[in-house]
Amino acid sequence: MSLLTVADLSVAYGRIQAVQGVALDIAAGSIVTVIGANGAGKTSLLNAVMGLLPARGEVTFRGEAMARCPTEKRFSLGMSLVTESRDLFTTMSIEDNLILGANRCGRREIVQRMAEVFARFPRLKERSTQLAGTLSGGERQMLAMGRALMARPQLLMLDEPSLGLAPIIVREIFHIISDLRDNGVAILLVEQNARAALQVADYAYVMELGLVTMDGPASQLAGDPRVIESYLGFGGADTNTA
Amino acid sequence: MDATTLLLLGQDSLISGAIYALLAVTMVMVFSVTRVLFIPQGEFVTYGALTLAALEAGRVPGTAWLLLGVGAVAAVLAMTRARQTLTFLKAIRILIIDVGLPALLLLIVHWAAPLKLGLVPEMLLTLALVVPLGPLVYRIAFQPLAEASILVLLIVAVGVHMGMTGLGLVFFGPEGYQTSAFSDAVFELGFMNISAQSIWVVTTTAALLLGLYLFFEKTVSGKMLRAAAISRRGARLVGISTDRTGYLAFTLTALIGAVSGLMIGSLTTIYYDSGFIIGLKGFVAAILGGLHSYPLAAAAALLVGTVESFSSYSASAFKEVIVFTIIIPVLLWRSIFRPPVEHLE
Repeated sequence: MSLLTVADLSVAYGRIQAVQGVALDIAAGSIVTVIGANGAGKTSLLNAVMGLLPARGEVTFRGEAMARCPTEKRFSLGMSLVTESRDLFTTMSIEDNLILGANRCGRREIVQRMAEVFARFPRLKERSTQLAGTLSGGERQMLAMGRALMARPQLLMLDEPSLGLAPIIVREIFHIISDLRDNGVAILLVEQNARAALQVADYAYVMELGLVTMDGPASQLAGDPRVIESYLGFGGADTNTA
Repeated sequence: MDATTLLLLGQDSLISGAIYALLAVTMVMVFSVTRVLFIPQGEFVTYGALTLAALEAGRVPGTAWLLLGVGAVAAVLAMTRARQTLTFLKAIRILIIDVGLPALLLLIVHWAAPLKLGLVPEMLLTLALVVPLGPLVYRIAFQPLAEASILVLLIVAVGVHMGMTGLGLVFFGPEGYQTSAFSDAVFELGFMNISAQSIWVVTTTAALLLGLYLFFEKTVSGKMLRAAAISRRGARLVGISTDRTGYLAFTLTALIGAVSGLMIGSLTTIYYDSGFIIGLKGFVAAILGGLHSYPLAAAAALLVGTVESFSSYSASAFKEVIVFTIIIPVLLWRSIFRPPVEHLE
């Protein structure tokens, strides 16, 4: 059964249509990726699903229509979004950022969840008292994901998690993403790094100028000549260099 | 100026500085959480002092009726806003909280006011009447505009200030009042007299500031307020509703304003419009602190208190002018040497 269904979703900034009639579907415990060039409308799509942007169309999460739900409500129903800018609480410590990720939980629950996050991101534990604003790009990404995971979401949406990160960190992040899926978290992954995204995903959508132009199982899209040409480069067949 | 005068003015500076510090710190908090420059902060001081004065005189304070009226307006707005999802139960809940509770308070005050229950119960009653006005003002004036620009929010704040001053005149009348002191005792320290009231003011202020510090550092609610101040979007993404942090910030600001009113009510005569100047001085201190640093704002408030006391001694006709003038070099300094603050827009 699908966890999230998006039907005929459109987002407009004034007269500019950023997203036009997009439909997508995510099953529980699967990774779905949306790839596309800069400005294709991927970020607007995620923000609209999370309720940060006003949008037309239908978003259904766990069988409930989200139209009237503000972002906070969607969050408490089990959706989490890690934005491209990460939106961390920069002048607060790593620990405080994580605590706020589970701000409705009791103290004992927070401690337990934080231990789980630290197990997944040991680097955060070493620096738990450091201010979020002083972290490196990779650590920020980990903290943003950790903060989102503190809520134990059913759907984790990641906007460009590999942006600006060293290849070794990117590999680590993608490893964690597939591990999360194996633990039952559905993931909606928006990426410009199409090669890495298609490798880890179960299903993929290609967005161009606000429209979904292609979709299919990720392995199938990774072999599609149009995808190879536009998003993977001519070395697309070599999938070991992610 | 001899030593006695100096000490006297020093004591005076400390007392007014303490009050301004409370107002400045809450002004910084409200601004960083909601982006509202809350000019009417001083009105809560006035309302606190005048409500206590009325209760001491055995009269029902106008605030009791005001709270009922404001609650009714908030209830109507809440129901209009939620009209599409409004159920019977929800409407009843809104009515009980926004109209029922103020009505109950009104009954209690009607019963309690003539009995003159003494200072502590009267102070508690005052807080119960004045503090709820904070979140109600937020709901009526600012919540619908949460995404508006800082300038729009400032204009609304000025409007709220005018409204609250006008309502103050309607509900308290044009006469000034002074409340009785927490304590009449006077201690002699060397050649100086220290009134117990001034010790009360300073220790209460210190306790409130310490309490605020612990609230922001140690409690999840305090951290939520800080988080909303750092990144509104980040806060929404972890389920912190900006409405909730807005209520909380306005409740705190009303509480601290009202407590300040209880403290200074016995030191000076308060009229329905006295709050404005008091609030403005807190505002000057908040600006001197750059509108983001709590310790700087508190320190600047002490400076404002000092400048005020000493200028009222040596150039009393110009005391307000001198206090408000110190803002100019600071603004110049900041505009030249500091980059514009990023989170403003």
